[in-house]
Amino acid sequence: MGGTLAEKVWDAHIVRRGSDGAPDLLYIDLHLVHEVTSPQAFEGLRLAGRPVRRPDLTIATEDHNTPTLDIDRPIADLTSRTQIQTLRNNAVEFGIRLHSLGDADQGIVHVVGPQLGLTMPGLTVVCGDSHTSTHGAFGALAFGIGTSEVEHVLATQTLPLSPFKTMAITIDGALRPGTTAKDIILAVIAKIGTGGGQGYVLEYRGEAIRALSMEARMTICNMSIEAGARAGMIAPDATTAEYLKGRPHAPEGVDWDEALAYWSTLKSDDDAVFDAEVVLDAGDLEPFVTWGTNPGQGLPLSANVPIPAEIADPGDRATAERAIEYMALTPGTPLRDIAVDTVFIGSCTNGRIEDLRAVAAVIEGKHKADTLRVLVVPGSARVRLQAEAEGLDQIFLDFGAEWRNAGCSMCLGMNPDQLAPGERSASTSNRNFEGRQGKGGRTHLVSPLVAAATAIRGTLSSLADLPSPAGAHARTPVTNL
Amino acid sequence: MEKFSQHTGVGVPLRRSNVDTDQIIPAVYLKRVTRTGFEDALFAAWRGDPEFVLNQPAYATGSVLVAGPDFGTGSSREHAVWALKDYGFKVVISARFADIFRGNSGKQGLLAATCAPEDIELIWKILETTPGTAVTVDLESRTVTCDDVVVAFQIDDYTRWRLMEGLDDIGLTLNHADEITAFEATRAAWRPRTLPAKHLASVEIEAARPVR
Ligand code: SF4
Repeated sequence: MGGTLAEKVWDAHIVRRGSDGAPDLLYIDLHLVHEVTSPQAFEGLRLAGRPVRRPDLTIATEDHNTPTLDIDRPIADLTSRTQIQTLRNNAVEFGIRLHSLGDADQGIVHVVGPQLGLTMPGLTVVCGDSHTSTHGAFGALAFGIGTSEVEHVLATQTLPLSPFKTMAITIDGALRPGTTAKDIILAVIAKIGTGGGQGYVLEYRGEAIRALSMEARMTICNMSIEAGARAGMIAPDATTAEYLKGRPHAPEGVDWDEALAYWSTLKSDDDAVFDAEVVLDAGDLEPFVTWGTNPGQGLPLSANVPIPAEIADPGDRATAERAIEYMALTPGTPLRDIAVDTVFIGSCTNGRIEDLRAVAAVIEGKHKADTLRVLVVPGSARVRLQAEAEGLDQIFLDFGAEWRNAGCSMCLGMNPDQLAPGERSASTSNRNFEGRQGKGGRTHLVSPLVAAATAIRGTLSSLADLPSPAGAHARTPVTNL
Repeated sequence: MEKFSQHTGVGVPLRRSNVDTDQIIPAVYLKRVTRTGFEDALFAAWRGDPEFVLNQPAYATGSVLVAGPDFGTGSSREHAVWALKDYGFKVVISARFADIFRGNSGKQGLLAATCAPEDIELIWKILETTPGTAVTVDLESRTVTCDDVVVAFQIDDYTRWRLMEGLDDIGLTLNHADEITAFEATRAAWRPRTLPAKHLASVEIEAARPVR
């Protein structure tokens, strides 16, 4: 019997196989660090007198707390400043490479790893952040860990782990214009639920996935955690190799050839058996938006806010009632009629250059609705520079949007970019939990295209709602997103 | 880590499903750099509501949280576990836990006990009818006792053993340092290293222009 992609990567990293129910000890190829989940781990090392075993497999950036304005001035929020200063001190003390605010490679840790060419097929990648699943888009086994595990990896470059189950998620067909990778993953989560992936590594496959760009694949794997799975993977192919070639840390010469040969073996064998399988057709998908307070509470944009009385299961009914109350929605309202105050474009889900290009293509030459503010926050400083080189920043500014510096920003509101109580956003990020974007804030998760259309019309909208044919004036074709 | 074999304490019924880690501890509290002192942050948004279960005097000394399914979903923040511990919880019972939360609990000596949904319903009823009822959780026999109800809970053997022995993972792993070194010797040359750092051409960074 053949193996799945996840099993192959797992097996290649076993330092010591566990017996009698003990976990396997797995080697970690790449450890990403940021300021929020690391201070207590470094403190633990210091107390125990332990060094970092492999500083050369570790890299840190500042992202969650960093302001997106006035980055050349000291950070105004004292606790944020302390936390960032703590990371800087720890990086010096333990010899860790750190990309600080103001550095071209600073940015959201899940944007920086791939852009430097550090994320590649067949690796084990961990970070004290649940969206580490993003890196699975390259065919790496990548997952989020807690602070105790961060300390464990720093000290030993390994983790004791019990094997995951595997789930194949096959997306057949082709996306229709106006739909994107974000709509695929929101539809997957709505289908299997926020707990549906628990205990599994998800492998996304099928025609629609193969057709996606690397960045779009990252959007999909990023939100695997929202389905409860710790990791999502996509088998590497020519698209993966092309994305990596020439990046600063991509292998070169004979190493590149050796890597390519190995990567070509990284796919689930035809006779591999998955513990569960899900199939969707991309051609059936419409733009998807969430109406509730968990990412599984999503519907096609053409639908209405659910009517709890019509929900049979009492638990689900109570959950829906509570979500609708928090979101201040009226059951039965068309989702298209929901007006928002803020449009947030950014995050490790949709803050890469292709996302910004797609938004720019839709809004070019237009002005935002007067009733809302639009925040465009590139995922990394490098993404920002690229966008500026292409003139996208001017399109955003002409549109009336704010063009910010890189970081997590309003995805979780640890920096000053937050929703005010009661404010409503359409957000390209990944979590619509109560208060996620600011205390009392209300979040609707959307794709970059829906965010752009919503910014123009003021209510949740898709390209089809715009007066001129979608993308008619596009400076860049919206493909593969 | 302290050894854990049995705990008895007031049970707190939290009749909510999908309690994500943003609810357990909102992001604003994550800016601290210490590992303790998070008790004020636990369920911070909900504690403003006088009706919230932890605000009711009968549950004030609670140490066994009995929650709905899918507890601890979302962010990987271990702060969620620290906040529960700092507040005084020793055990969380749910029909289903998010993987990362369950892992973090095990590392920190907070027992995450998985019970059948119907058993949780039974316990909720007792705790709600007689607030302040004690719950006994026995790791040896894997049972939860609440008044006259005794139900089984699940936990994997390895975590149970570690909790009962009070063992620290890093110490256990470092016993195998030679095997790690041997594995490292086989690492293929194409696999990346972060040092020495390689970059694209360096660029002067100026702050982006906001709309004023
Ligand atoms: S952008 Fe949001 S989801 Fe991604 S790492 Fe930052 S806070 Fe987490």
